Amino acid sequence: MTAHAGLEARKPPADAADRAAAEPVRSRSPSRLAWERFRRDRTAVASLAVLMLITAFAALAPLWAHLTGHPYAATFPRTGLDAGGQPRGPGAGFPLGADQLGRDVLVRAAYGARISLTAGIGAAALASAAGTLAGTLAGFAGGALDTLLARLMDMVLALPYLLVAIMLATTVRVSSSAASLAMTILVIAFFSFAAYGRTIRGQVLSLKQSQFIEAARALGASDARIMAGEILPNLAAPITVLTSLLIPSSIVSEATLSFLGVGVRPPMPSWGSMLGEGGDAFRTAWWLLAVPGSLLLATTLAFNLLGDGVRNALDPRGERAAGGR
Amino acid sequence: MPRLVVRRLLYAVVVLWLVSTLTFVILHVSPVPVERVLGGPLATAETFAQIRRNLGLDRPILVQYWRFLARLPRGDLGDSYVNGSPVTALIGDRLPTTLCLVSGAAVLWFAGGLVTGVACAARPRSVRDRTVTVFVLAGLSTPPFVMALALLYLFTTGLGAAGVHVFEAGPPLQENFLRRMVLPWFALAFLMMAAYSRLTRASMLDVLSEDYVRTARAKGLPERRVVRRHALRAALTPVVTQLGIDLGGLIGSTIVTEKVFGLQGVGQLVYQSIAAGDTPVIIGVTLLVTFSVTVANLLVDIGYAFLDPRLRHA
Repeated sequence: MTAHAGLEARKPPADAADRAAAEPVRSRSPSRLAWERFRRDRTAVASLAVLMLITAFAALAPLWAHLTGHPYAATFPRTGLDAGGQPRGPGAGFPLGADQLGRDVLVRAAYGARISLTAGIGAAALASAAGTLAGTLAGFAGGALDTLLARLMDMVLALPYLLVAIMLATTVRVSSSAASLAMTILVIAFFSFAAYGRTIRGQVLSLKQSQFIEAARALGASDARIMAGEILPNLAAPITVLTSLLIPSSIVSEATLSFLGVGVRPPMPSWGSMLGEGGDAFRTAWWLLAVPGSLLLATTLAFNLLGDGVRNALDPRGERAAGGR
Repeated sequence: MPRLVVRRLLYAVVVLWLVSTLTFVILHVSPVPVERVLGGPLATAETFAQIRRNLGLDRPILVQYWRFLARLPRGDLGDSYVNGSPVTALIGDRLPTTLCLVSGAAVLWFAGGLVTGVACAARPRSVRDRTVTVFVLAGLSTPPFVMALALLYLFTTGLGAAGVHVFEAGPPLQENFLRRMVLPWFALAFLMMAAYSRLTRASMLDVLSEDYVRTARAKGLPERRVVRRHALRAALTPVVTQLGIDLGGLIGSTIVTEKVFGLQGVGQLVYQSIAAGDTPVIIGVTLLVTFSVTVANLLVDIGYAFLDPRLRHA
């Protein structure tokens, strides 16, 4: 949206009074207002569309495998590799080329999209649930429980993230691709819940001082009721924003771990492991870098832009952190 | 002030102890069988047992833990399982490469982030601001290893022979230093530059709306001087804070950059050690990283106290 439109959003348009007179007054809830602001944000809506495309690409993975006749783990040394053993580029048989073992890059990228989306959303949801629980309990209860939880979160933040993640992922034995995915999600969520919980705790501490909490207490509401009925609804905006930013960072974490060979294990392909397994092969076969790399970039960029849009829609006063549009 | 330092140092010791214990526990509950790595495919069960005895791995875990702890205060991190050299010497060999990588990249991203951030904050919503924003979002969304791979591809295959003048693989500390480090610096700095540009811009916009900036403008100072002399100083505080935190933690996350560009730094050392089950080296590097994070945080806190007198007595 332009600067001009930004101003308009704050001041009602000139003909608002006329329209108000013509139409019956209807109440608009905060969430409805937020949705209307979001809908006007072209960047955010475009990002949502891109993400839906990627989701469809991922959901239809078996269809691509069926159409090309190439299951994701199968190698096709005769059709996928040329006489010198080099992978064939994009063409009739392999729409996005073949990798160094003669596997179909398109099909693998589609299955990799499933992994990225699952890991990103799964880890973000898990970290968000744990962070909200820990942050709310710590902020609300205070005392020894607060000290314990706050120290625990500080500890996790002091750990060298990538190092311990690699260590955990290497030492814990996993039997299958699915188990390694679950393990990766747990590791990522464990390291993101602390920063999340700390932010929520801060929010709860300031909410606790507000008068409506005092009012609820005066009316005799129990602690549990205040937490669930008063505090949690007021955390909806920060929770949404924080979670939407956690998704792209979790996707990058999964890709990084898989790139290093300690994330999602073969035979299941992940964008990160596709980039890592090729070794130096991408130097002669650009599609091995371009396909998973650009998909990864498009997904994280779209999630980041969507997150910005959500933040703006929920908090119209706050300026978009990256500025500009 | 001294009380703050002492309290933070004590806290640092506790954190280091906890982190080393945690690492020790993770690595002992489910270790990579180092005797298999060392013994090779033809070794017998007897050889395996002998290797474990030599490394002291046959002792109860509490005895091993106690030996490890008792050595720590002397600065002795033990010897590598794989080649028997002291862990401190191994890390010392690799540290200069990693420090070169981190410090060069830090200069790049700090300078780049600062210049673009200030330029954008001076003219919010201008064409310049929007152009930078696109780059910032792209930077924040590019995983570091994808950036590293893309740069490597561009300057090796993409540019052909011309690329050789920009990048050449090999040990950087002996010859052709710049040619070996420029690409890794950019690869590591790209994402951070974006983050710093964003941070500087936000902090600068905050400061530019302060009363004393209005006063400076009202007394007729040129805008350039207002931005550079009056606003920039105050706006730098959170950026410098972030720099302290990032520099400490970065030694652990250079793993990917070092791997892609074949630099033999601390990141590669620990990555290889994890695969080989070389526990003492892993714990050593983990402690080094935690220590540098803690020290960086402490320096930032002390720096804060100097910048902001209100914090000195807190």
